Amino acid sequence: MTDNILTITIGAILVNNFVLAKFLGICPFLGVSKKIKTALGMSGAVVFVMTLSSLVTSVIYKYILSKTFTVAGTEINLTFLKILVFIVVIAALVQLVEIILQKFSPPLYQALGIFLPLITTNCAVLGAAELSVQAGRGVLESTIFGFCSALGFALALILFSSLREKLDLAQVPKPLQGTAIGLITAGILAMVFMGFSGLV
Amino acid sequence: MTIILTSLIFAALLGAILAVVIGAAAKAFAVEIDPRIETVTDMLPGANCGGCGYAGCADFGKAIVENGVPPSQCPVASAKDAGRIAEYLGMKAEEKEKVIAVVKCSGGISTTERSPYNGVNDCRSAVLVAGGAKGCDYGCIGFASCARACPFDAIEIRDGLAVVHPDLCVGCGKCVDTCPKNLIVLVPASVDVHVYCNSPEKGPVKRKVCKTACIACRKCVKAADNEDQMIIKGFLIETNYDNPPISDLVEKTGCPTTALRLASKHAAGAYEGVSK
Repeated sequence: MTDNILTITIGAILVNNFVLAKFLGICPFLGVSKKIKTALGMSGAVVFVMTLSSLVTSVIYKYILSKTFTVAGTEINLTFLKILVFIVVIAALVQLVEIILQKFSPPLYQALGIFLPLITTNCAVLGAAELSVQAGRGVLESTIFGFCSALGFALALILFSSLREKLDLAQVPKPLQGTAIGLITAGILAMVFMGFSGLV
Repeated sequence: MTIILTSLIFAALLGAILAVVIGAAAKAFAVEIDPRIETVTDMLPGANCGGCGYAGCADFGKAIVENGVPPSQCPVASAKDAGRIAEYLGMKAEEKEKVIAVVKCSGGISTTERSPYNGVNDCRSAVLVAGGAKGCDYGCIGFASCARACPFDAIEIRDGLAVVHPDLCVGCGKCVDTCPKNLIVLVPASVDVHVYCNSPEKGPVKRKVCKTACIACRKCVKAADNEDQMIIKGFLIETNYDNPPISDLVEKTGCPTTALRLASKHAAGAYEGVSK
């Protein structure tokens, strides 16, 4: 069990990094990586939402979607609805968290506020839920996987944003300025993370 | 058929349950917000420049409604806009004179002695290395730290010199904080005559490194209607912003180094390469 959790942790953070190995969540990776401060805010929101959504979706999958039951003499299995259900549940969950946060923790709401709605339908969040289902993980393992995947996302985002802050001051050839050099940097960063493959 | 029906019912049920839960939560955890805050924030320019001293327009709007901060503190909003907000809240509108930024240097690449510099293209970095790339220790470095800080794109780097466009500048003061040479000052927007030099050195020393430095010849002081309109500060002359000269002064003086300029013409590039 502990061995398995260790595998999940290292696998999700380094080897199968969501951004740099699986190419999920590229949109916020490029969008909010111009400053370390916003990258930190986004990372916090992603860790929060992904952990929570992995927990909830794995519970729903385990106790409702994967069960076979009989309706009017026909055996029915609703597994095929999982992506639809996951999207709706995650979006509703984020909305709920936002409402509650605004009431009970205004400072945290201020800090995460702008980023929370941004990640309601983030593919990384859905990806964590979907991949856990595919790998046949239980509720605890799914939650840990979601948490660690989000940490991996945060690691990539913070690394990338600190590189981009430095890039702002560098003399970049004109055709490569802006997003172009950002994408090249992301590519090199992804190649660096390829060095971890085979670790798990 | 049963599968289609069941999945339809399941999806509808899920949607209904979530809708009820969110609706109930929104009711139960509703946070009361003064509706005036949103209206006032909408009436503000939305530039989020921070020139008012608050973290963006929304924060400033909150401060106006809750703490009675005068709307005229916003450098971007015109007197009319600020008056509209004040009227909406039943406050007394305060008149505030519009200010703009002026970079007190006229030394471009072609008129200034320049030393080689291969470092990071940023004024604050360049200042760490022997005081910058130009011969004058007090002048504009020209690596656009101020232009990058400007939320309104009002600063242009022309010929290695930062030039403020008076019609775009709102006077938020972001550039003033970034300039490592403390070259940028906020002055009343109604005044057009400025001395574009900041060096306190003696005339000949300045002239050695810059063709457009103020050499304190006092021609402008004599040409002014009132001697008080231009102030002499050591080897540098400055516009007296409390008693400003009229725009004619520049033509009347015929400044030998063209350090005395009109901000509007300076921005339009009228003085390029005219130093005698």
